[in-house]
Order: sequence, then structure tokens, then C-alpha cells
Amino acid sequence: MKRSIAVFIVFAIAIALVPLGGNNFFVQQATFVAMYCTLALSWNLIGGYAGYPSFATAAFVGLGAYAGALLQNAGIPMVFAWAGATLVTGVFAALLGFGLLRMKGHYFAVGSISIVEVLRLIASSWSSLTGGGEGLNLPILAGGPEFAGRLYLFAMLSMMVIAFGMTVWVDRGRLGFGLRCIEQNEDAADMVGINVTRYKTMGFTLSALCCGTVGAISASWVAYIAPTDAFSILMTLKVPVMVLLGGPGTILGPVIGATGFVLLEQTVWAQFLDYNQAALGIVIVLLIFFLPGGLLGLTRRTSRIPATAAHPVSQEPPAATGHPAAVETVTQAQSSKGVHA
Amino acid sequence: MEFLQVIVNGLTLGALYACLAVGFSLVWGVLNVINMLHGSLIILGGYLTVYAWQHWQVHPLVALLPVAGLLFLLGWVVQMTMINRLVRQPVLTTLTVTFGLDLILYNAMNVVFDATPRRVTLDLGTLSLGDVVLPWDRVIAFALALGLTLALYAVMRTSKMGRAIVAVRMDRDAAELLGIRIDRVYAMTFAIGAGLAGACGALMALVFPITTNISGLILGKAFVVCVIGGLGTVPGALVGGLALGLIESFGGNWFGPQNAVLIGFGLMLILLMTRPTGLLGRKGYE
Repeated sequence: MKRSIAVFIVFAIAIALVPLGGNNFFVQQATFVAMYCTLALSWNLIGGYAGYPSFATAAFVGLGAYAGALLQNAGIPMVFAWAGATLVTGVFAALLGFGLLRMKGHYFAVGSISIVEVLRLIASSWSSLTGGGEGLNLPILAGGPEFAGRLYLFAMLSMMVIAFGMTVWVDRGRLGFGLRCIEQNEDAADMVGINVTRYKTMGFTLSALCCGTVGAISASWVAYIAPTDAFSILMTLKVPVMVLLGGPGTILGPVIGATGFVLLEQTVWAQFLDYNQAALGIVIVLLIFFLPGGLLGLTRRTSRIPATAAHPVSQEPPAATGHPAAVETVTQAQSSKGVHA
Repeated sequence: MEFLQVIVNGLTLGALYACLAVGFSLVWGVLNVINMLHGSLIILGGYLTVYAWQHWQVHPLVALLPVAGLLFLLGWVVQMTMINRLVRQPVLTTLTVTFGLDLILYNAMNVVFDATPRRVTLDLGTLSLGDVVLPWDRVIAFALALGLTLALYAVMRTSKMGRAIVAVRMDRDAAELLGIRIDRVYAMTFAIGAGLAGACGALMALVFPITTNISGLILGKAFVVCVIGGLGTVPGALVGGLALGLIESFGGNWFGPQNAVLIGFGLMLILLMTRPTGLLGRKGYE
């Protein structure tokens, strides 16, 4: 844990130092890396810890982008517009969570992916507010491209640090524990007294907050948004792939996965413009078949063999239900039985 | 009688939706895999039909069966070599891998055929019944879509493989204990889904311009139909498809065509949250 945090701090400092090189291309790449790291870290909260296959990332990013753009065009200063977008996205996610999180597995996946589509359709057809298919222009930041590039890099970097801090907080606290229990066996977690609905909704809302901010920042950065770019199905599937690449349910996995993915995308696939998507598809397929635990899974494959396999399945759970230790024993007993498979 | 025209439009569209979704629904119901490849398979079927028509003057109705057969084989191979190895993985894995395959196929089609919208124009004139006017190619597509869907129903009910597929859907482990070879049933199911997608693509090329850009839209329709009708059964897909066709037809009439799709999705989300087993209830036994 400590080592992961140290690695992350070094990584964040390295990104912060990129502008010293003076090359705007690298500044832009670093901004992309920070952006996708934020999204991947956010997704990890619900997808990695709780094991809910959410494909709503682009819905939150797009909503944040539109909220930020509308606020900024209404004359609100940029940073306040970003904060407003975060708030809007958070409230939306919390309300959505009540309905969406009642579903599980395949239905949840389809429901969350449809949210992206529904918001995109609304953004395209509500022309009076969103400009419809023509999109919206945002004010371009004064001070020239050099300054703007650095400003957006540091904005994204701050978001990455916040998302990481949130992950560490969740990972160490009750919430992370509850979410991991839900991932292993939701019914068992519910039975031993974890407020499953509250934990899931909290995880889902937290996973949306930073996505909203990132959306608003990227809208200001590009200075133009349109429905198909803001609510992109490709992005909504890319982010989980990044986390899978790094290692889901860990604090460093999403960072590694997102960084590797973005660098790969920008350096290698940019060479094959016509075969861009096929290359991405091949990477996904290879990843699923040959690297199922992610890059971090490579280093710990041996240590992940469950130590509980020797436990007798019929072990009586301790009487004090609701106590964390009790939950752990119950869920372990369940998992050694193979119930959650 | 505009009302009748709207109903007829909805039903003809609905039959296509049913045909479009039935393969997807079967794969989801039996394999428990959300097949993100389905939309692109339909487009591939449509492209092959248009290509055969433009280059070799093959009539689309003649091309229908070979195209379906080709996609059937493709589906068999994909399932046998890849998806069978992942079938018991969580939805995140299976959905992602089919999405990866979809990207490959989508890209390949863009390179080989390019993304220009194209369709088969047969100029068959129109059929008028009283005040209701319908182009003949639409009537043909409607009849064949309905016919294909019902043919699948017959196959599922009468053939040995059909019964095996239904058995696996009802209880995989029990079916395995009874000696059904699960991997073959899975491959067959996926192949049937792909073959039907190809046939449906050929029918769609008669009615709409086909382009790779609408594969996501088609996939979205399949989602909606499955949720409205319920998973994995032919009657479910039929009810869901016709319902969606009518909903879009009336919705487009009342709220403008640009909102028709939105209404379908909205209804699906409400159904997902309140009644996730679909209108026809839990499981059909065909």
C-alpha cells in the first residue's frame, strides 16, 4: 500500500514536470494520461471494488461537459463552472443509482450503457439548450495556447490526484470493505448487516463525481462539444478496458492501465490510421485471453491462491454479525464454496 | 385513416426489429453473453447482399440464404475458437471481448466496403389497401422477417438441437448431466444468432440504406427488444419487436421522428428498473 502511494507520487510529479520540456505535444499527451487515469480510477470504485460492470462513464463525462459548457456560456467563471458540473453529475448519479443499482450483472451492464445513449439522444434533440447536433462552442481561454495547455494539464493532474486520494480513502475505509464484500457475495453481505444499497449508491456516486469534472475540463480544453464526442460509446468501453489492463480492485492498477493504454494508443496506433479501431479491438481480445488479471496480476499470481481453501465449509459464522471480522469469515466461507463464481 | 397507416408502418418495422433481435436474444438467454458483435454482423449481411447485387446481379432474395450460411459459419468459428473459452466469465469480460471483436469487424468492413450508405433498390411499386399505402419491398421484408422468426421458432420446437438449446437455457448443469454437449450447443446457438443476423441484414438492405455507422443503433434496438419482450425466447423477441415498432411509429407520429428512438430507450430503462424479466414473464419453454 505504502509502496503504491510512493509510486503514484513519483508518477504525478513526473507528469507535473512534463511542461519543463517545453514541447506542447508532450504536454497534450500528459494531459490525456492524467485525464484517463482519473476516469479509470473513478470507474475502479464501482467496477473494481464492487464488481458492478458499469458502462456509464461516458454518460457522466458527457453530462459534466454539457453542464460545464452551459454554465460557462452563462457567464460563470471557468473553475466555478467545473465545480457546478461536478455537483450536477454527482446528483444525477445518486438519483440514477437508486434505479440502476437494483439490477445486477447483464441487466446492469445494458442499463448503464443505455444511459449513455439516452443522454446522447437528449443532447442531440434538445437543440434550444444544447445546440443539437451542431454542438456548443465555449469561450477560448485568454493567454495563448502555451499557457492554456499548461493550465489544463494541471487541472487534469489535480483531478488525478483527487481521484487517487479518493481511492486510497475508499480502499482503507469502511466503504471499500463494504464494496469488496458486495463484490464477493452481495446476498451474504446484505445478510450480515451491510447496508448494500447505501454502499453501492455511494460507490456509484463517487465514481461519477470526477468523471463530471473531467468532462467539464475537457470541454473547456477543446472549446467545443458535440453529442457524439461527449457521449462516446467507445470511451465508455475504453475506460473499463484500461482498468482490466492494469488490474481491477487495486489502487495502482487503473493508473498503470490508463497510462499504458494512452501511450500505446498515441504512439503505436497513430501510425495505422485506417486500422485504428481494429488495433484497439485486437488489444482488447489479447488482453482478455492472455492477461486476465491485468498487469498487476502478473506480479501477484502466486500470492492470490486463496488461503481459505483449507477452511471447512461448514464453519459456523461468529455470533456477532455486523462486525467486520464476521463478514469476512462469512464471505470467505462462501467464496471457498465457490458460490460467487 | 392516418391511424391505420401508422399501425401498419409500426408492424412492418416491428417484424424487422423482431428478426433483428431474435438472434441476439437467443445468445443472451442461452450463453448469458451480451453479444456486442450483433449489430456489425447485421451490417455485414446487408453489405454482402448489396455487393452481390451490384457486382454479380444476384437477386437479394437469392443471396439471402448463402449470406445467412456464411455468417452462420463465421459465428460457429468465433464461438468455438474464442467465446466458448470465456463463457462462464463475468459479464464485464464477455461484453468487452465481443466489443473488441466488433471493433475489428467494423474496421474491416470500413476498409473493404467503405462506409457509404447503400441499399438494394428493386422498384417494385407500392401496394395500396384502402387508404394504407405500402411499398412492395417493405411488404416482402416484413413477410420474410416474420417468416424467419417463425422458422426459428419451429426449429427450436421440433429439432433435436433446438430442444437441446432450450434445455441448456433452462438449466445448463442439468443439461450437461443428461449428456448434452454444452460447447456444441453454445456454438450452434451463436451460429444461429449470426446466421439470422446475416439474413436480417439482407432484408434491411431492401428497406433502408445500410452503413457501418448504424451498427450501434441496431445493437441498441436489440437491447430494447430483448428487455421489452424478455430474454432468450422467440415469442419474447416477436412481442418485443412488434411492440417497439408500434411504439416508435406512434411516438414518431406524436412527438416527431427524432424522439422516437428516445421513447424506446426510455421505456426500456423504466422496464429494466421495474420489471426486468420482460413483458412475457420469466422463461419461455417454447
